[in-house]
Amino acid sequence: MEGPDFVSALIVANLAFVLWLLSTALLIWGERRVVAKMQTRVGPNRLGPMGIVQTLADGIKLFFKEDLTPKIADRAVFIAAPVISATTALVMFAVIPFGGTVELFGREVTLQVWDPEIGLLWVFAMSSLGVYGIVLAGWASGSKYPLLGGVRSSAQMVSYELGMALAFAAVFVWNGTLQVSEIVEAQSGTLAELGPITIPAWNVLPQVFAFAIFFLTAVAETQRPPFDLPEGEGEIVGGFHTEYSGAKFAMFYLGEFMNMFTFSAVMVTLFFGGPGGPLFGPDWLQAILPTLYFMAKTAGFLFIFIWLRGTLPRFRYDRLMDLGWKVLLPFGLVWVMLTGVIVVGQDELQALGMGQLLTLFGVVGVVALVLLILPSLRREQAEEEPAVPASQRVQRVEARELVGATPSRRPAEPPDDVGGDDPDDRER
Amino acid sequence: MLAEYLPLLLLFAIAVGFVGVSLIVAARLGPWKPGPVKAMAYESGIITSPETEIAGSRFPVKFYLVAMLFIIFDVEAVFLYPWAVVLRDLGWFAVAAMAIFILLLFESYYYVLRKGGLEWD
Repeated sequence: MEGPDFVSALIVANLAFVLWLLSTALLIWGERRVVAKMQTRVGPNRLGPMGIVQTLADGIKLFFKEDLTPKIADRAVFIAAPVISATTALVMFAVIPFGGTVELFGREVTLQVWDPEIGLLWVFAMSSLGVYGIVLAGWASGSKYPLLGGVRSSAQMVSYELGMALAFAAVFVWNGTLQVSEIVEAQSGTLAELGPITIPAWNVLPQVFAFAIFFLTAVAETQRPPFDLPEGEGEIVGGFHTEYSGAKFAMFYLGEFMNMFTFSAVMVTLFFGGPGGPLFGPDWLQAILPTLYFMAKTAGFLFIFIWLRGTLPRFRYDRLMDLGWKVLLPFGLVWVMLTGVIVVGQDELQALGMGQLLTLFGVVGVVALVLLILPSLRREQAEEEPAVPASQRVQRVEARELVGATPSRRPAEPPDDVGGDDPDDRER
Repeated sequence: MLAEYLPLLLLFAIAVGFVGVSLIVAARLGPWKPGPVKAMAYESGIITSPETEIAGSRFPVKFYLVAMLFIIFDVEAVFLYPWAVVLRDLGWFAVAAMAIFILLLFESYYYVLRKGGLEWD
């Protein structure tokens, strides 16, 4: 493959960098606004229309803060850690196509920084390197909360990287390539036409199971709620960045949100056709439509990320590790093998017709997902208290209050006690 | 052939430049009034207990196990990638070969599981 000339390489690299940085700034603002709405607050609304330049103001503020380093910190590593974290996040998106081919400054520029044959392996490699930033930050701080946060983060990230690797592998098997442009190209066709509705051949339909795995691992990998244990405030203060302040803290913050953006973009690229979509209108519109599609799809996933934060409580650590190791890993392996069998057995199964085959595969995926979710639902039900009519419960509390009992000193109620049919208990 | 890497190299340079300049500029802009209290490790506002600073080098051994298991299974996932690319050409032979490989892995996975290597207290 022939490389691009220097100027167009410079154009696309700068363009991608500015686009990603601006999107990240907007994302931080957007997250704060959306979460505020979910919690019936107002959120940042002072600077610019609807507070849109709040992130910039926060960044400037952090630059003017004193940059503290604890006495016991390992100085060199302490400084290197945020650099590693931010740099890996900043180069991770290199392989993601964020638009079609446009003409800029009299040159044809393809809006993708780098399109190697190893493709998404780059994302995988960079997210693995990002772990270094976190574990070194925790270790170099030299005190206990950052260290615990650092090892927690790295254990969580490496555990979920396995699931992510398997989700990637399933897509690679399905499309037979690792090259991002080819994966996007393979999704540009039409799967079926139901009257006026055209169903695109996006990977999400046949690979719904891989998508589910990838989505979960992406949330865990970016350490977003409900998987944000590394920053469990009640236990380990701020996690690995407890000792960081000023611009170094800003770098971690930037890296975290940029990873969130990049993983949403990877999700769009792998499963939702990347920048593909119907093209129409005049030339200039056709040139920017792919970028708009890409941004719109990515924004959709970012909203889901924020929505999860607004909705779900944090996982317990053992549950988190169980999900990664005991569910996502074995199921991911089985799914990759199943995909391989389907891909190789295509000719034998051709009698069914390609469209039906894809549908069949999607159905298998949905069934597998349901089977996966069912046991955890059943477990949650078992752990809940037996249902008691609300009126009975209220009565019970009142009775206790009237006789001046101190419920807090009593041990937790055994579940069979909740029925309230024990007269002794009620008198006390 | 190396020209292919040019855009990536440029992006890398931009990224490192951005991070480096940010940190250097911020170090010049911010105030610099160090003090013994500011140099302490964080302990929720109270005087740092000696344990916090000494314990900075101790953490549960459990995490080493996670790291080891990660390496085993991650290497295995990397083996899947070239397999994914050539699968169509090699056909059933490749499927069978990978099935055997994954079965062997599952065996060790099951061993770790039964030994309690994936249990958290």
